[in-house]
Order: sequence, then structure tokens, then C-alpha cells
Amino acid sequence: MASQTKDLEKLVQQEYKWGWETLVEADTIPPGLNEDVIRVISVKKNEPQWMLEWRLKAYRYWQTIKEPTWANVHYGPIDYQAIAYYSAPRSNQDRPQSLEEVDPEILRTYEKLGIPLREQEQLAGVAVDAVFDSVSVATTFKKKLEEMGIIFCSFSEAVQEHPELVQKWLGSVVPYTDNFFATLNAAVFSDGSFVYIPKGVRCPMELSTYFRINAQNTGQFERTLIVADEGSYVSYLEGCTAPMRDTNQLHAAVVELVALDSAQIRYATVQNWYPGDKEGKGGIYNFVTKRGKCQGKNSKISWTQVETGSAITWKYPGCILQGDNSVGEFYSVALTNNYQQADTGTKMIHIGKNTRSTIISKGISAGHGQNSYRGKVQVLKSARGARNFSQCDSLLIGDKCGAHTFPYLEVRNPTAQVEHEATTSKIGEDQLFYCQQRGIPKEDAITMIINGFCKQVLAELPMEFAVEAQKLLGVSLEGSVG
Amino acid sequence: MATTATRHDLFLSHFARQRPQFPGGGQAWLDRLRQEAIERFAEAGFPTTRLENWKFTNVLPLTRTAFQPAAPKLDGLTREKLGRLPLGRLDAARLVFVNGRFAAELSSFEGLPKGARVGSLAAALEEGNARLEEHLGRYAAYQPPDRAFVALNTAFLNDGAFLEIPQGALLEKPIHLVFVSVSEAQPVFSQPRNLILVGAGAQVALLETYLGLGDGPYFTNAVTEIVAAENTIVDHYKFQLESEDAFHVATLQARQARDARFTSHNVSLGGRLVRNDVNVVLDGEGSESALNGLFVARGRQHVDNHTLADHAKPHCTSHELYQGVLDGSAAGVFNGAIIVRANAQKTDAIQHNKNLLLSEGATINTKPQLEIFADDVRCTHGATVGQLDPDALFYLRSRGLPYPAARNLLIRGFAQTILERMKVEALRVELEELLFARLSGSQRFGEGR
Amino acid sequence: MLTIKNLHARAEGKGILRGVDLEIRKGEVHALMGPNGSGKSTLAQVLAGRDVYEVSQGEVLYDGRNLLEMTPEERAHAGLFMAFQYPVEIPGVSNLYFLRSALNSLRKARGQPELDAMDFLHIAKQKAREFGLDESLLKRSVNQGFSGGEKKRNEVYQMAVLEPRLAILDETDSGLDIDALKIVANGVNALRHPDRAILLITHYQRVLNYVTPDYVHVLYNGRIARSGDKNLALHLEEQGYAWVEGQAPERPQVAGS
Repeated sequence: MASQTKDLEKLVQQEYKWGWETLVEADTIPPGLNEDVIRVISVKKNEPQWMLEWRLKAYRYWQTIKEPTWANVHYGPIDYQAIAYYSAPRSNQDRPQSLEEVDPEILRTYEKLGIPLREQEQLAGVAVDAVFDSVSVATTFKKKLEEMGIIFCSFSEAVQEHPELVQKWLGSVVPYTDNFFATLNAAVFSDGSFVYIPKGVRCPMELSTYFRINAQNTGQFERTLIVADEGSYVSYLEGCTAPMRDTNQLHAAVVELVALDSAQIRYATVQNWYPGDKEGKGGIYNFVTKRGKCQGKNSKISWTQVETGSAITWKYPGCILQGDNSVGEFYSVALTNNYQQADTGTKMIHIGKNTRSTIISKGISAGHGQNSYRGKVQVLKSARGARNFSQCDSLLIGDKCGAHTFPYLEVRNPTAQVEHEATTSKIGEDQLFYCQQRGIPKEDAITMIINGFCKQVLAELPMEFAVEAQKLLGVSLEGSVG
Repeated sequence: MATTATRHDLFLSHFARQRPQFPGGGQAWLDRLRQEAIERFAEAGFPTTRLENWKFTNVLPLTRTAFQPAAPKLDGLTREKLGRLPLGRLDAARLVFVNGRFAAELSSFEGLPKGARVGSLAAALEEGNARLEEHLGRYAAYQPPDRAFVALNTAFLNDGAFLEIPQGALLEKPIHLVFVSVSEAQPVFSQPRNLILVGAGAQVALLETYLGLGDGPYFTNAVTEIVAAENTIVDHYKFQLESEDAFHVATLQARQARDARFTSHNVSLGGRLVRNDVNVVLDGEGSESALNGLFVARGRQHVDNHTLADHAKPHCTSHELYQGVLDGSAAGVFNGAIIVRANAQKTDAIQHNKNLLLSEGATINTKPQLEIFADDVRCTHGATVGQLDPDALFYLRSRGLPYPAARNLLIRGFAQTILERMKVEALRVELEELLFARLSGSQRFGEGR
Repeated sequence: MLTIKNLHARAEGKGILRGVDLEIRKGEVHALMGPNGSGKSTLAQVLAGRDVYEVSQGEVLYDGRNLLEMTPEERAHAGLFMAFQYPVEIPGVSNLYFLRSALNSLRKARGQPELDAMDFLHIAKQKAREFGLDESLLKRSVNQGFSGGEKKRNEVYQMAVLEPRLAILDETDSGLDIDALKIVANGVNALRHPDRAILLITHYQRVLNYVTPDYVHVLYNGRIARSGDKNLALHLEEQGYAWVEGQAPERPQVAGS
């Protein structure tokens, strides 16, 4: 229609900038899944018996269950036998002990992504665990954190070095029986990050994991576990990208968070997996289970996510509010453009007294994008004085996209206070013209409108990443507003 | 069910008996209107909880009572006594209806603009006013089965207010319609019917108050139709202050033309079983409705508010806020429907319902109902159910306020948003007093004044 | 200041403006009236640069420049302001931030230094007091959740802050109660200035009781069918637009020429 719509659309159509591939020799096991494959993974990782048994239990259970179909997303059948379940850069076979031993190609990859891993170039105040395909290749600032008793390492390392902690908390929030994808992850997960913050310690820097899928036809199944002991605090951020390929790749991660008495965890995700091309070809299937347990009194977990990538996103970071007065928060911006689909939201389960939860969800749909918010607020009988506030806003750009809201509310305690707000609006010519008539140039107007819409969520991100996220939203939308 | 059927028959036989005395009989359109309405009522019967719109309101206690038509009498009501009733001294033109009949001797018409027609509907029906045929019964639908009370009122079309505000008139004082039910030995019913036509560009504030002076149950079934022409400003207040033995069912139906702004303030404090329907049709581009509601119930009171904002044209706005305070074993219902018709692009609809439950026994059923057929709209809805904040209560008490005063202060704070929206200052001040008296436990409105 | 010659415009293939001629000079206030669908709002939108309308004939000169070739923001930079009939909501963007961005865009385009937040806040608050805008509206998102009256007042307020040379008010008086109407009218009167022109588009005569126009035009069927002074508006009020229908001249008169 009008040229303004075209401009909006153009803005949305910008190319994916992270789509190159790194040529490194990889040690990839052939596609297919059976108990032997799981044993191979476990052997490669030199795992103790209990770890292998847990994997096998998960695998056996997985064979008895079916892929869920309730989400408002559509995709062809996934052939789980055609996926390779393990891929690692060959140079990583004996995990490098220092950055000097890391394959320079991989270091360059992270530099190109804006995540320098070399000590002198590291991002000030951010410790990074870099995960390349199935394994962690480097972790920065480890020593400094160790001095405070903070453990920040790859999951594989944690299994070797801190088996008692892993054994105690693994699966305590997301059991291996949780759901189809989480169960698959439990069977085949390769690596991920592990964090433990001891009692009373406030982690002095942002911890961050940067995930990169590189190899073709592999699935990525990482697993992250963060335990914040009594009175501790940690802020954690994950980022992710992948090369452009015209086949779909599966990413089925699990994140478990545990907050003990008065502990606080902030977990932020800037998800920018390859979304597929303009025709909807290729892209990552991002089927992720993330859950936090506010186990202790006065504990707090907040999830912030900016989801701009992936062909399909299926993700519901939730909080189990078990401790009295505990707080769960969910702040989300999900953007779907072209043929992207997102079914995302949260689950807040109020168990303890005076537990509180806040849900702010902002969905932006452009092109043929389909964006669903699916949220569940459950107030159990025991949750006297529980409070929830939910706000779900949808922004439509163009008239071929869709926004859907599925709020579920289950209140079993009469003293609960539950509030829900929802809006759906269309950005477009009207808003742009209004800004332009007041003298504001079109590009500035678009940025202003999108940022205004996402403001509440971006404010929850650590400063450096908020700026990144803003740019990312702008880029992902390029070509769609006009 | 047998009982319901009987009372339904009872009203049919009242209709048959009263019909010859209805004003304006013999005019074909009017006879036909009454006839169609009674037929619809006969078919539908009183609504049951099987109807979606009556799911949470059981009218059995009403239909079990053997109501008789209220007699046209004043029962010793004088201007002086009237002045002591709530809002009896409000500076306004005042039309008083006792047991549903116009009482000219108690009414006054100060401050009305030239060309305004303000008076009894019965009189207008008798004289065969042509405007009635054009408008009466054209807006408040009585056909659907869940509109049986509107059908009943339409069948019994008798008296109420007929107001015609001329084009461009700016009314400085509100028009106050007072509906008083006086005591009878047995349960009685009255069915006021109001038609209000507001000419283009006119600005007017209207107040309906409903009160009961007797003991024992009675039943008021009121219907008000408002037609707001282009660019009109209409502020409508309805204060339902019936006795706690009363049954009160009322429908307010407004139609707005281009650029018309209509505000409804619907306040329910009294009644044993209360059902309010507030329906607006935004039938002209640029029209705007504000629907405000406040209901306070205690004991075994049941208050049901149903609202409907029907967006029929583009660029219309409806902003709605209903607040409920429920104590004792009182039950509240809020159902807010918003319809956005296919061509009603750029609709801006906001709906909020906030409730305060003061006791474990009080209940609220709240339901937003959005039906959107246009794609470029902004619709927001929200509902809250909460209790008094114990921290705030403790804070006030620690400052020396006794518990009841602290509690009342917080409730008043809760209701403040609605009160603030009332532009007629005198009206708001008096309502605040009524609210306070109510919260302090007074049984009947207007006592001890 | 503004010269409209034989302006034709259409939307979705339908002709709406069919030869509008209008001359507005500095210091003048013109009222443009007309029934629904006569093209009043289209004219305003075309002048502001809304591209859903296609100009098929005619020209518009603004200070000697070809207005139709300018982008909407260039027109704004050149001092043209339109108060929207239906002001647009921008969620999450505060009124204050929006208006500062707008004012600084204008200043930048005119080679003036941009205002910092504090200086701007000072101006914004002062204008809010002068133009009867509730200060709490400044912090809220642009027009979001505003009542109709608040939106209209916000338009006049923005106009006051941006100090345009040519202000076009598109039905800013519709749906206002008498108090709000007076506030809006006062705002318009306060902006009257020998260097500034105002085009007041209205559907109703009442606003002209408070703003006295120098000229009144009636748009009918996409043309200016009548022009006159304020008495024309009174006449219209009495006779209704049907009167114009019977009187429409073959060649529209050019006002003020």
C-alpha cells in the first residue's frame, strides 16, 4: 500500500548478519540416536556412572512419550535419527587449558561476534563461557571468580570437578520426565554452563554464556544449571547465533535455576539464532525448557528475554514460587518476522505465602510472522496473599502477521490478587505520519515507536546488552515497517 | 420451575387486567409495540441461569414473590420530606415519580432552556407525541430471550420521564429524575420508562435516583433510552439507593451519533437483588463513551452489572471502569462486553474491573467479553480482585485511627477513582456522604438527616 | 503564505478534492466548514503530506515553495503543523520525550541548537500551564488512554510548543464539552500572530463563537462552494448544509483574492 508501509517492511527485511560459517575440523558422531550414542557421548565426556545412568533413564522414558502438539506453531516432522547428537571442534578434544590452546579460528569467530575471549580484550565486568556447537571452548575470568568461591565453568567440567553439587541439583527443577524436549536433552545434552554462588556472595560481574551453533545437521542440547545459595546474587546473560543454512536445526536446551533463602538470580537471554530466510527456509527450531525455583524464603528470580531469532521458538521460562515472599518476574520481547513463529510465555506457580509475580510480555509480529503469548498463573491453595500482575501487549506490523494471546489463570486461594491486561495494536502509517508531521524523521520515528513498545522489558537488561538488544530489534525489523 | 412459570403467568394476567388503562391506548404503533413485547415476554419467561448473560444471577427470589401493581399514590410524601431524602436538595430541575407515576406537585422545572420538553411520558403518550413513535422502544431491544425484563417493561409502557433537549442547548443545572417506591401492605412492582432525546450540540447532565420508603419487598424494573445526536455531551448518573429488601432491574440503552460524548456513572448501593444493564452503541465516527460504575454490597445483597460497548463505527472510544466493594456474604457480578464491528477500525476500548472483597464470604464473578471483528483496534481489559492491604490498615491504625475508620478510609481511597470522575461537584460530595453512611452501617438511605 | 490552486486529490481511485482554490495570507484565520465527506479532512491531510491521497491536478505553494514535493517532516520543519482529527497513540513513548524529539528535529533542521532535557522541561511545563494541559499528561505515553477531550487539548498544546507558522486544525473542536472547547479556542487565539496563519477546519459552528475567523469557506463536494466572513457560518448554522447544495456555484470563488 502506502510507501510508509514499505519502509517499515524494508526495515524488517535486513539480512541476518551472523550467518557465516567457521571452518574448523570437527569431531562429529554420525547421525542417529540409540543407547550406544548416549554411551559414546558419556565416554567422550569421561562421565561418572551416575551421569550415564541418568542419561539412559531419560532416554528410555523419552521413547515412551510423544512430541507435544499444543503449541500454536507449525512445522514438518522432525527426524530424530537424522540429527547428529555430538559435535566438537577437533582441536578441543583435550579441552584447552588456556586460551593459547584454543583454535585461533574459534577465537576469531567470537571476536567477529563481538565477544573477545583473549584476556586483554575481554569485556570489562563480564565473564564469558563460550560454547561452540556441543562444547564449551573457553571461560574467562574464572580465576578471579574462584577467589570469591564462585564456580563458573562448563557443565562438563562441573561434572568432573564438583560432582556433589551437580548430583544434588541436576534435574531438581526440570526433572528428566518434564517434557519431550527436556527429556531428550537429559539424554543427550553435551555441555553448557554451571554456576554456583556461595552463601552471601554478590557476584561482582555479569556472567555470560555465548552459544554458537556451527556444524551442520547437528542438534544443540546444552544444559545450564545455576544455584544461588542463601543471600547471594547473580546476573547472568546468554546470547546465541548460528550460521545461515537452508535446513532446520534443532536446539533443545534446558536451564535450571535454584534460588535459596534471600538469593536473587537475574537471567537474561538475547536469542538471535538464525531465523531462516525470507521464504521461511532454514532456521533454528528453538525448543527450550527454562525454569527457576525460588526454593527459599524472600528469594527472587527474574527472566528477561529478547527473542528475535529462530524459525520457531517454543519457550516458557517459568518460576516455581515455593518460598514464602518469593518473587518471580518475566519480561519478554518476542519478535517474529518473515515466516518466523513464536509460541512463548511463562508459567508462574505460586505455592508459598505472599508470593508475587510480574509478567510483562511484548510481542511484535511483522511479515508473515506469528506470535503467541502463552502464560499460566497458578495460585495454589497454600499461597495466601499471592499477587500476580500480567501485561501482554502485541504489536502488528503489516496485515499478514498474527498475534495470539492465551492467558491461563488458576486461582485456588481467595486472598490472591490477580491482574491481567492485554492490548493489541497496529503500528503503521498512522503513527509514522503523526511523528513525521511533528518533524521527526521516519527512521527516528520507527526506532522511537519500537523502543517505546519494548521499554519496560529492555529496562530489565544489563545496560550494555540493552543497547545491543535495541540494535538487534532494529535490525530484525529492518524492511518491515513503512 | 413451576414457581417461575406461575409468576410469569402472574405478570401476564396483570398485563391483561391493566391493559385498558395504559396511556395512549388505541394508537396502532403503541398497541403493536406493547403486544409484541408481551409476546416476547410470554415466550421467554423470566431468565434462568442457563442463559449466558444470567449465569451468575438467579432471579428465583424475585419470581417467587407475588408482586402486585403499585398503586398511584403519594402516601403523604411532600416536597419537604422529599428534600430530606438523599440528593433531595440538589440544585437541579426535578421530576419526581412515586410508585412509577409522575407527581407534578413534587416536581420543579427551574433552569430549563427554551424549547426543552420535560415531563411525564404518560402525558406524552396520551397526547400522541409523534417523536415517541419514532424513538420509543427502538433502542432497548426486548426481542432476545435474555432481555425478558426489557420486554416486560415495554409491554407495560406507562409512565416515566420524556425529555427533549433542543439543539445547541447548554444546560447549567442537572435534570434529576427521582423514583420513589412508597410502602404497601403487599409486595408491589413499578416499571418506570424514560426516553431522553438530546439535540445536536446540546450539553446536559442527568441524574436518576431510585429509593424506597416502605418496609418489605418491592420490585422496580426500569428502562431508560437515551439518544445523543451529533456532537452532544451527555453525562448520565444513576444512583440506585433502594431498600435492602428491594428487587431492582434496570437497563440503560444509549445511542451516540457522530462526535457525541456519553458518560454513564452507575452507582449501586441498595437493593437485595440488583441487575443493571448499561448498553451503549457508538453509532457515529468520533463518538466516545465513558462507563463508570461503583457497587457496594454487604449482607446477602446480590449486585450484577452487565455492560456492553458496541463499536459500530470507526474512530470511536470507550473507556470503562467498574469498581466493586463486597462485604458479608454479598455477591457481585461484572460482565463487560465490547463488540467491535467489522468496519469499526481505529477503535480504542479500555475496560477495567476492580474489586475489593472485605470478607471471606463475599464473592465476585468478573468476566470480560471481547468480540472483535476489525483488525486495526486497541482493546485493553483488566480485572482485579483483592483485599484491603493489611500493611496499609496497620499503618493507619498505628497512626491512631480505630479499625473501622481505617477500613473506611481505605475503601474510600479505593472508590476515589470513580468519584473523581463525577463532574457535578454537589452530586459527588453527597455520594461520598452516602458511601460513608453506608460503610458505617446505616440501614436505610436518608435516615437521620 | 499558502496558495492552493485547482487542487484535485483522490484516494483508492475515488476523487475527493475536485478543484480547491484557496489563498491564506500571514496573520489570517480561515475557517473551513462543510458536511461529512465533503473533503475537509482530506485537504488537511494532503497539505500535511499524507501519501494515501494522490494529487492528480493542481498545485500548492507554501512561501513560494512547492509544498507537494516536500516530505511530511520537511513541511513540519518549514513550520506547517496539523492538529489531527484523530490523534494517534504511541505506547511507551512519553508525551514529553515525543515533543522534545519533535522540537529538536525542527530546531536541527533550522540550524538552531537542540534543547537539553532541562531547558525543554522548563518550556513544556510553562506551556502546559498556559494552555490548560494537566501536567500529568506530559509523562504519560503519547495519547494513550487519553479521553477524546484530552487528546484534542494535547494537540493544541503541541501546537503551542512547536510554534508553527501555518497551523491546520482538523476538527479539533468536535466532541468537546463547553469548558474544553473554550480552552481549545483560547489556545488558538493565543497563537494568533501577524506572522502566523491558521486554518480551522470544523464541522460545527460553535467554535466560531470563540474564535473569530477572518474568512469562512464552505467545502462541498470537493470544492469551495461559498466563501464569506463569520456571518456565513451563522447562516449555515440556521440553514444547514442543504442550503449550500442548492447554491453551489459553477466556478468556485477564490477567497481573499
